[in-house]
Amino acid sequence: MNLTMKFARGLLVGAAAIGTLAGSAQAADQALNIYTTREPGLIKPVLDEFTKETGIKVNTIFINNGLEERVRTEGENSPADIILTVDIGRLAAAKDYGVTQPLKSEVLEKVIPAAYRDPEGHWFGIALRGRVVYASKERVKQDKITYEELADPKWKGKVCIRSGQHLYNVSLIAAAIAHMGEAKAEEWLKGVKANLAKKPSGGDREQAKDILAGVCDIAIGNTYYVSLMRNGKDEEQKKWGEAINVILPTFEGGGTHVNVSGLALAKNAPNKANAVKFMEFMVSDDSQRIHAEANSEYPVKAGIKIHPTIASFGELKADNVSIAEIAKLRKKASELVDKVGFDQ
Amino acid sequence: MKATAEVQNLFRAIPFGAINRIPWWLSAAVVAVGLLVLMPVAALTGIAAQGDAEIWPHLIRNVLPSSIVDTLALLAGIAVVAGSMGITSAWLVTAHRFPGRNILVWLLPLPLAVPTYITAYIYVEIFDSAGLVQMAMRDVMGWTSRSDYWFPEIRSLYGCILVMSAVLYPYVYIAARAMFLTQSASMLEVARVLGAGRFKLFTVIALPLARPALAVGLSLALLEALNDIGASEYLGVRTLTVAVYNTWLNRGSLPGAAQIACVMLAFVVALILIERYGRKDRRYATSAKRSRVVHPAPLFGGRAWIAAMLCSVPVFLGFILPCAFLIREILRGSLFEQFDAEFLEHLLTTLGLSITATLAVLAVATLLVSAARIAKSPLTRSTLFIAGLGYAIPGTVLALGLMTPLVTIDGLIGTIWRYLTGERLGLLLMGTATAIIIAYVLRFLSIATGSLSAGLDRVSPSLEDAARTLGSSRKDMVWRIQIPLMRPALASAALLIFVDCIKELPATLLLRPLNTETLATQVYTYASRGRFEDGSLAALVIVLIGLVPVIQLVRSAETRLRRPERPDSPSSSPSL
Repeated sequence: MNLTMKFARGLLVGAAAIGTLAGSAQAADQALNIYTTREPGLIKPVLDEFTKETGIKVNTIFINNGLEERVRTEGENSPADIILTVDIGRLAAAKDYGVTQPLKSEVLEKVIPAAYRDPEGHWFGIALRGRVVYASKERVKQDKITYEELADPKWKGKVCIRSGQHLYNVSLIAAAIAHMGEAKAEEWLKGVKANLAKKPSGGDREQAKDILAGVCDIAIGNTYYVSLMRNGKDEEQKKWGEAINVILPTFEGGGTHVNVSGLALAKNAPNKANAVKFMEFMVSDDSQRIHAEANSEYPVKAGIKIHPTIASFGELKADNVSIAEIAKLRKKASELVDKVGFDQ
Repeated sequence: MKATAEVQNLFRAIPFGAINRIPWWLSAAVVAVGLLVLMPVAALTGIAAQGDAEIWPHLIRNVLPSSIVDTLALLAGIAVVAGSMGITSAWLVTAHRFPGRNILVWLLPLPLAVPTYITAYIYVEIFDSAGLVQMAMRDVMGWTSRSDYWFPEIRSLYGCILVMSAVLYPYVYIAARAMFLTQSASMLEVARVLGAGRFKLFTVIALPLARPALAVGLSLALLEALNDIGASEYLGVRTLTVAVYNTWLNRGSLPGAAQIACVMLAFVVALILIERYGRKDRRYATSAKRSRVVHPAPLFGGRAWIAAMLCSVPVFLGFILPCAFLIREILRGSLFEQFDAEFLEHLLTTLGLSITATLAVLAVATLLVSAARIAKSPLTRSTLFIAGLGYAIPGTVLALGLMTPLVTIDGLIGTIWRYLTGERLGLLLMGTATAIIIAYVLRFLSIATGSLSAGLDRVSPSLEDAARTLGSSRKDMVWRIQIPLMRPALASAALLIFVDCIKELPATLLLRPLNTETLATQVYTYASRGRFEDGSLAALVIVLIGLVPVIQLVRSAETRLRRPERPDSPSSSPSL
């Protein structure tokens, strides 16, 4: 076959592909468009339920880094209706970028405690996760710990953690700054750094794996990962999950560091009515239950059953520093991580 | 010999007038391409300029020193490891015969099909503290804790160098093999007769002659490494690229991130200049008549086995190990169930995007290279240089830089549309796959221009000179001489670009429209859930699709390069 023929054929295939893609983008106009940093698999059960109840077709795009940037750049033509994301860092960024709009909703305000939503209504938390201590079942006997204690030299060479610059850790360190002040927090972070068994790397699950492997005795990780490891179908991950106990640590004079996953109404939402419907749907009993079950997060609504694995960690006493405050301190926290050379 | 050269020089001295200039529309097209590539760079510098120098004291004190050191160490390590893997294996399979050589020729380029981020995940699964190897070692030896024994740490700078070299050495191998194969056999034979040993033959003759190919291959590999974010971050290496991300995401400073990205561009420009320098002022054109191909000398006994082993290690590390792991995971999790209509749709999307982008890249690159060949003006030369920048910008940064210009164009089109029809159009470029295609074109353009220029460089200008004297027009020269002569280069560029498009992740992730997934974004989705193994099927399909062009690439290169001597006509010359 000669080259021109090959090209022509390829062109046809390509054009057909673009045609279908363009078609699907057009069809998006009569539906609900969700830009999410959450993996589709995690939110799919809730989305399916929403479509079943309302008949509204949900289109999603899963973007991680750069989601806010993209919505901002797309400007008034942006198809985004809802921004669905995790961590206060992301929610606050969305508001700062000016890609959200305020929403007054009695339904949302009634269900979501004031600490877990934006005072001006730019974002709403729908579920919570704790950043806690994974402790080796074999080697760690204590069942209580404070975040401050992580810097205690008795843990020298026994602590594992993912990159200090990861979203989750930056928020945790921001909370530490709120509690201790900047100078003390720096000392604390240096102390934690001195206790590390190895250079920060991997994700939260790898830390549990390292505990199983005897690299370290305690690690920092999010609550839901433990449930995902223990209840997943992967036999190896089950072992990682079973090798650890979860201790809910507290700040001295405070509680366990909690973060939110949440959503915001996009500034130029073309399907605003559908979007509001979706946001209110997300705090209904059903969707809170499905969400809590599928993701092993703490439901934000009171009275919804917590996933048994998560409930087995004991009662969560959430920290008293508001997450809006944490959002403000994140930049400082990130700089602190560099300053003490935490990741080096 | 000398006489012909003088005749050629004489012809070159004759001013051919109009034929050396390119028509206005071609100049316009060249300028347009240059602007297209500069668009994200300009947007990026624009963003960088918005920021103040506020973050710099912090960066200079705490971030840049270590990340520059890490970046340099990573690049140097890869240059050494991937460079020696590529060169050694290319030389051995070209100059010698030993058991397994004929198969190794086919296997050595295959790691090209495996994306770096996938290999990084796999290596951690296999070699990490609680990975397969260490757990097995413990079971056998009865060790209970990590402190009972020593094992190299995979999540480290050295681990990262190993992972990246295992995946990137084929860039060096392919370039080096092509160069070794086309080196005139007579030169090597003369040296052999004069008593040069095997090693001396390699270091004194073959290696220096292959320098331009090595420069090209290595700079491609290093640019890929510099670009990477997934693997280095996962393995805990804090490169400049990682610093860009942290500044942007955790300190909410896009201008700051753009400023670091500009610093990184300096590295990139340096790498490109090294590559150019490697080719500078050297005419590697063989005459239209093909020289004889090196005749491989057989190795025996221990030497033969050492050669076989040296060539097998890279294949094992870069291809067999990752594939075996993926297959194991697919069987273990019975992931074949994932192969449904939705999976097929992602597969077709991946193929459609990659094919379209590949064709677009080829068209643009042919235009650039032909224009530059006809008229060696500052315009064409600088555009070729600019075209190289796209490859160097990390995918996410490129995508960020592209968004603003694309949306601006969308806005213009939308306004015109509304004026004409009164309807709202939405986003024509950003809302469809067009944005991804444009990003791919910018990103991979330099692979094509590099390969095509190198291809044309090897063609003696005497062919065109002859055509000119025989009165052929510029159009004829392009269609009947340059393009047919570039065909092997076009084919190999197409295959390389296609593989790269299939693997591309960061720009695809950021620019794709709603409800659109490629296989790479699927793998990423699973990985970001901490369930990388569940993406094994998608990952393996990426590798398998990538294998098709890689094998094709090897086949065409092998048959072309080893074609027996035909003194009557140059191998790929058109009939004039």
